[in-house]
Amino acid sequence: MTEEDVPKKIKSVSKRIYTEILKEEKPEVSMPLRSLQNVTYDEKEGYFQLDNKFKSRTLTASTVKTFAQTLKMMALSKTLVETDDIATKRETYYVSKNWGDARFKEQVESDTVMDDIEAMFMVNREQMGFVPEEKGGDIAGKLVVIDKDPETGKEIRIDCTKFGSGAYSIPISVEHLKFETNAKFILAIETAGMFQRLVKHTYWKTANCILVSMGGVPTRACRRFVRRLSDERKLPVYVFTDGDPYGFLNIYRTFKVGSGNAAHINKYFCVPNAKFFGITTQDIIDYKLPTHPLKEVDIKRIKDGIKNDPFVKHYKQWEKSLIEMVKLKKRAEQQALAQHGLNFVISNYLPDKLKNPKTWLP
Amino acid sequence: MQKTLDFGSSDLNGVDKAESRAAANAQKEKAAPVAVELAKKQREISVAEFFEKNRHLLGFDNRKKALLTTVKEAVDNSLDACEEAKVLPELVVEITNMGENRYRIAVEDNGPGIVRKQIPNIFAKLLYGSKFHRLKQSRGQQGIGISASVMYGQLTTGRPAKIISKIGPEYPAHEIELKLDTSKNKPLIVSEKEVEWHRDHGTRVEIDLEGDYMKGAQSVDEYLRETAIINPHVTIIYQPPQDSQIMFVRATEELPKEPKEIKPHPYGVELGILMKMLENTEYRTLNAFLTNEFSRVGAGTAKEICEQSFLLPSTSPRNISREMAEKLLEGIKKTKIMAPPTDSISPLGKELIEKGLKKELNAEFYHSISRSPSVYRGNPFIIEAAIAYGGNMPEDKPIEIMRFANRVPLLYQQGACAVTKSITSTNWRPYGLKQSQGSIPIGGCLIVVHMASVWVPFTSEAKEAIAHYPEIIKEIKLALQELGRELGKYLGKKRRLHQELTKVDYISKYLPHVSGALQEILTLDEGEKARLEDHLRVVLEKTRSIKKEELDELKKDYGPKRKRESNEADNFDEEEEGSSEDDQERDYSDNEEEEL
Repeated sequence: MTEEDVPKKIKSVSKRIYTEILKEEKPEVSMPLRSLQNVTYDEKEGYFQLDNKFKSRTLTASTVKTFAQTLKMMALSKTLVETDDIATKRETYYVSKNWGDARFKEQVESDTVMDDIEAMFMVNREQMGFVPEEKGGDIAGKLVVIDKDPETGKEIRIDCTKFGSGAYSIPISVEHLKFETNAKFILAIETAGMFQRLVKHTYWKTANCILVSMGGVPTRACRRFVRRLSDERKLPVYVFTDGDPYGFLNIYRTFKVGSGNAAHINKYFCVPNAKFFGITTQDIIDYKLPTHPLKEVDIKRIKDGIKNDPFVKHYKQWEKSLIEMVKLKKRAEQQALAQHGLNFVISNYLPDKLKNPKTWLP
Repeated sequence: MQKTLDFGSSDLNGVDKAESRAAANAQKEKAAPVAVELAKKQREISVAEFFEKNRHLLGFDNRKKALLTTVKEAVDNSLDACEEAKVLPELVVEITNMGENRYRIAVEDNGPGIVRKQIPNIFAKLLYGSKFHRLKQSRGQQGIGISASVMYGQLTTGRPAKIISKIGPEYPAHEIELKLDTSKNKPLIVSEKEVEWHRDHGTRVEIDLEGDYMKGAQSVDEYLRETAIINPHVTIIYQPPQDSQIMFVRATEELPKEPKEIKPHPYGVELGILMKMLENTEYRTLNAFLTNEFSRVGAGTAKEICEQSFLLPSTSPRNISREMAEKLLEGIKKTKIMAPPTDSISPLGKELIEKGLKKELNAEFYHSISRSPSVYRGNPFIIEAAIAYGGNMPEDKPIEIMRFANRVPLLYQQGACAVTKSITSTNWRPYGLKQSQGSIPIGGCLIVVHMASVWVPFTSEAKEAIAHYPEIIKEIKLALQELGRELGKYLGKKRRLHQELTKVDYISKYLPHVSGALQEILTLDEGEKARLEDHLRVVLEKTRSIKKEELDELKKDYGPKRKRESNEADNFDEEEEGSSEDDQERDYSDNEEEEL
């Protein structure tokens, strides 16, 4: 779907609502339910496919406010696309402050309405002119990104080996980028701290790879960037997070197969061929890592995952690993490897992992 | 009277016996019997002396409470006297500050008065009274109260109590100053004269005492207010020490129905009492004893009791041993006996309870209930309860609880009372009040619970809390549940009205935004927009769950009665915007994921 389609879709839905009101019928809009209950793990495609549960919003006396806000935001989106402009999620929230009584109280309200419209049209919010606040993630290593100069439109080549102790930032929109690389694999890292260490010691040179800093749950741009890169250059992707339920279920699971909340766009924003390097529950035992006790919320997250996450349900290895963690009652951070020496991760852990695919998780 | 004192000293004898035994043991080792020495110290302790040392048992723990207890005892006596004489009570209560921590309390009534001869005994002899030996609903029970107050006043100020009483227009008014001989439990007359008095009949008692006057939850003011609520036939003219006079005016001219005196029911007697009854009865056979000394025992029931206890109906009560009495008690338990008659209790009734509440409390919703009689341990009782909601009561504080036993307010020991227990163990959330598990609910509410019975089981002699009998708690809870249901209905309708008003507001607030957005997207002209708005209003009005006539009806019954509520309505609006509707619709189930 192209960006020009968005205003067309907005117009057609509005027209229907308008006609229905004139006929004094109750207008209704519907959108896919955005939750884990409405996705299935598609093994062949490798990501969460949207099921067909819908929720609908009928215009009544009690929903009139949300309905007004939805229409207002659709109008804003139409203007943005038509004038080739963008608004960040935060800016959108502030724009609503002009809407009088229909304004949003908190940004979380405007974000939710935005997500609803996104799902309603089955598009990515960038196609509607809305962009997130945060940058996409950092890249260092054997990669040349080919972008366009925003002023001249001329091609520019960005060599990701030339950032010294810094890194290349993934832009919010990555569809137009092209890649050149002879790296062997992509390593996606949870924490900026670990990324810094690997950059500092030019691990990308040693291992001939591309390093990605995700900084927590990876942004859509980051997922899309890695996806395109790995698809086009046929590169394997390894994910390296903390050994805790958040790292397993929120970061890795979302990276690999997408999320429930963005179920309608998972198709584009996931990296199905990603593999989990660590830290696994077994690593905690094998490497005798210093640990922290699991918190109440960690245990709840694990139980919830085993019960409701189609991804965990599909991979018995993951289920087993999560159960083991509950039994162990412990979690470990990436940095815990420093117990065996600051550069143990470079000299031992990562090479060990590369050699032994059996220690990975799917 | 003599009997009661015997009971007291036999208790002390028990202690003596133990000491004697110890002495007997010691005797084996020593030549001179210690018991002889000990015997010199052993003497009868008068009840008055005992209470002098244990004043907390009677409600004289501290100065504040002593003041309240004295007012309470005098008022209770006055009300009982008036009602027995079938006079609509009109009381004057005066508290005068006589110096630091010293007060003069005067309570005057228009009751029947007291004959000259009885005045000293009633006011200056402990455990003297007409109410202990009978089973009949009354405020006082043991006849300790007012004499204890006289004694307390005497102990703390050294001054005698002054009594004025007159029994009719043709009779003189006697003014007597009294003290209590604490070692002999006997009245001492300090002075006596005949005086001119403005009343035809009645009694006035004046006691000087060390006390502490305060306002608030456990104050004289609160006690009198609650007394006025639960006795809507009473007028009280109250003069507090500093402020101006307060009038509690009666709301009904109707005297409460006079309760009948009844005999004990077999299920209510304990072994000791049963033995005493057997010893004192004038009847010659067990059969006659059972049928004449108890209520609900006829020839058939008496025969069955005798059979169940393996005793001959012709046995002489005097020949019944302790073991046999125990058998008799078991036999009683095994026999099915009809519940006691309930005309010994005089409830206020649903209407009067509500009237009493309405005259002293300005609320927006009232409901009351008077349950049918029930029985605990052979004693008939009735639970009455009422609820008041709204008005100036704070929404965010625990509800106010008023407890009454036989028309007397209970101000202390709320936590230990069966009423409180019943309230906290009732789930109020379905009825629209906030409540955390097992606590007093939160909300602008007052709950009144009244227990009327021939014998109210208190947890202590100070008569501050009703004991936790399962039968009593069950009855109270049933009453509370009905109040809860009615409150729930009221609040539900009120909330519905509120929502409907909010929706009307909602439509006019957000309708222009819907049309505005559609105008922007579809580039409508102003005419088209106006037409759209007209139709939109029709569509939205149709979705309201309630018809306009119905709404007007609701408004009339439950609409805002106070200025304050209109502000509340605004707040409610805000809340609704942020939460309810929208939240229910939106699906946050997956929101633990940080989707960016």
